[in-house]
Amino acid sequence: MADVSLNGHVHTITALVHDRPGVLARVAGLFSRRGFNISSLAVGHSETAGLSRMTFVVEGGDWVVEQVTKQLYKLIDVVRVTNISSESSVVREMALLKVKSNKDNRAEIMQIVDIFRAGIVDVGKDTVIVEVTGDEGKIDALIKLLQPFGVRETMRTGRIAMTRGGVAAGTKQTAVPAAQSAPDTEVVP
Amino acid sequence: MGRVFFYPRKGAPVTERQAKESEGVLHLTGAQMVCESLVREGTDIMFGLPGGAILPLYQTLPEYPQLRHILVRHEQNAGHAADGYARASGKVGVAVATSGPGATNLVTPLATAMMDSVPIVAITGQVPRAAIGRDAFQETDTTGITLPITKHNYLVMDTADIPQIMSEAFHIARTGRPGPVLIDLPRDVLTESDDFDYPEHVDLPSYKPTMEGHGQMIKRAAQLIADSQRPLLMVGHGAIISGAFAEVREIAEKAQIPVITTLLGIGSFSGEHILSMGMPGMHGQAYNNWAIDRADLIIGVGMRFDDRVTGRLSAFAPNAKVIHIDIDPAEVGKNVRVTVPIVGDAKRVLHALEKQVEQVSRPEWMSEIDAMRAEHPLGSGHGSGLRPQHVVRELCDVTDGRAIVVTGVGQHQMWAAQHYVFKEPGSWITSGGLGTMGFEVPAAMGAAFAQPNRPVWSIAGDGGFQMTMSELATIVEHNVPVKFAILNNNNLGLVRQLQDLFYGGSRVASGYSANPDFVKLAEAYGIWAKHVTDEPQVRSAIEEAAAVDGPAIIDFHVEPEENVYPHVPAGESVFEMIESPAGREALSWLT
Ligand SMILES: Cc1ncc(C[n+]2csc(CCOP(=O)(O)OP(=O)(O)O)c2C)c(N)n1
Repeated sequence: MADVSLNGHVHTITALVHDRPGVLARVAGLFSRRGFNISSLAVGHSETAGLSRMTFVVEGGDWVVEQVTKQLYKLIDVVRVTNISSESSVVREMALLKVKSNKDNRAEIMQIVDIFRAGIVDVGKDTVIVEVTGDEGKIDALIKLLQPFGVRETMRTGRIAMTRGGVAAGTKQTAVPAAQSAPDTEVVP
Repeated sequence: MGRVFFYPRKGAPVTERQAKESEGVLHLTGAQMVCESLVREGTDIMFGLPGGAILPLYQTLPEYPQLRHILVRHEQNAGHAADGYARASGKVGVAVATSGPGATNLVTPLATAMMDSVPIVAITGQVPRAAIGRDAFQETDTTGITLPITKHNYLVMDTADIPQIMSEAFHIARTGRPGPVLIDLPRDVLTESDDFDYPEHVDLPSYKPTMEGHGQMIKRAAQLIADSQRPLLMVGHGAIISGAFAEVREIAEKAQIPVITTLLGIGSFSGEHILSMGMPGMHGQAYNNWAIDRADLIIGVGMRFDDRVTGRLSAFAPNAKVIHIDIDPAEVGKNVRVTVPIVGDAKRVLHALEKQVEQVSRPEWMSEIDAMRAEHPLGSGHGSGLRPQHVVRELCDVTDGRAIVVTGVGQHQMWAAQHYVFKEPGSWITSGGLGTMGFEVPAAMGAAFAQPNRPVWSIAGDGGFQMTMSELATIVEHNVPVKFAILNNNNLGLVRQLQDLFYGGSRVASGYSANPDFVKLAEAYGIWAKHVTDEPQVRSAIEEAAAVDGPAIIDFHVEPEENVYPHVPAGESVFEMIESPAGREALSWLT
């Protein structure tokens, strides 16, 4: 019987949580205490009043994803945990980029921005703010192209994700009570 | 609001209250709400120590004489006493402390209870709401500090929320995998008044522990048991918490499966039963570790394959499939790969499983185990002085294996685990997961409050005893009949052992050259006490102490060079197990 494995790749996990003080600290504390690596975390209100949805990007193998899921369920404030990476899903991130710019190169910047279907949302004397939405790869690529002009500041939201079709992840219609769902996620060889 | 309501038992309010309710809902201060809630949850005793922030609660206690408050000497001991009380009674233990230092003193007992799944509700005072975040006098972020060491915690910001929070707290503490819950109450939340409407039952949509095992999994487990030649049951604290004593015995007998009990599982299966094997792991009976190495099936029940049990994971039970039964899904698959996971309450799962397993006999496996047992007997001491193992055996004999035994952490704990043979379930109280020295004094006190008619013996280390012996005063105050057997080796014995075995005998900061005379110390408290230096005196001293009406202390001057065997070096496999002083030489390459 072998040791459980740790290596693997990147997973997107969403959690529907009660919107209570301290819930973010509980979740963040869980990740750091158990040594899970989150590369991004985004939080916002869900479609139900009193519930928020968090999206985590977690690095690790199946064991990590399973433990993250189960440990999250142990938090009393967590209603539902969904592993989005295993399903067909839409993944987005938004970024605001403050880029150095002047009269001479503004057109060139706008051309790049257009190709990425991004937009310029503010024009200052010697900077512009670019707004872009897409997956991380697209945002990384845009930043790379804008780098030569000078990217003064970047602000990224972190990944949010949603499964395609059907109903919302973790709404009443699909929700299996927290602990009951666990056997499905257990390792059965 | 100077009214007193008497509730003879939980959920049975008497006429005064019914009269009050017909007039309308109760209107109470926050402090009264806390007391009312405690009464409704069946609390009859709490351990605590007051201070400014929690004082409104204390000043309300005279209105609730049915809530007995035990004033301790240190909040850590309040927490451990609540823990000992909870483990000995099966009820929720309650501890109370003030804000700031009072609350931080609860950290160790909360962490202890968290690791060992013990239901405790801790109530702490907090600075008034308006002062929160301003570094007010005795302000500390109690919910922040205790976040990872509680099952859940609450900072109450509205008096009206108290009944809901109190009922949730008790529900969360005692159900599923039990654990400590903390409620932090700002002073002005305790003094303000509001309507009190206690919830009939708690329904938390995001907290629904699974009780019944999955039918398909139980079927597969029964099949694995049927196919197995060399199965072992490994039973832990979960079996005790769920009260699965009869179920463990029935399945073990029917399917002829030897039973190993983990450190916290001791007592879940009679130590006298022919199928009882004792403890596994680092300091377990050596033959158990060999049996695990040979087993083709391990059935873990309410245990978590802790590193002290498994040693190096990659070498643990290399030939075995694993059935893991636990109420906490996160434990299943956490440390070892599981063939059949069953999430559910140990008692219910075993009951369902027992019906599906077939009656078999396994003469070959039994005789193989008997041979291992004969080849690797449990040592009874190697040194020349008073052997601590002998003390534990005599204690077991005098108390007929029926005492409640509480320990600290260290060598004495392991000798107690190895040599006291428990006949009754749920009689063994020890800090397993956190390994908290000093547990032996306050937890024994709490256990004695829970079981006043059973003998409670604290097997203590001289190190641990000195960490919490301030509670002797509380013990005398209430004439709590706890008996202390201090296995006094003038050392932090287990540390000294590690230094001798793995650090070339370099004894740094592990010897106590100026321990107090514990008999004189006892005299200062007015406690009966005795020194014991030779083996022939052991039995009569224990008998005398047992006969004392009230507390007693025996200072056993044990052989200081004695080591606990076996010793599986941390992170190693059974093949590196040291079984005797001779084995130490063979292992010299390890140091
Ligand atoms: C609070 C705490 N501090 C330190 C330790 C580390 N530790 C484990 S066993 C031990 C020695 C315990 O000494 P004693 O209570 O005299 O028991 P003995 O091992 O001698 O039986 C120590 C220091 C611990 N477990 N708990």
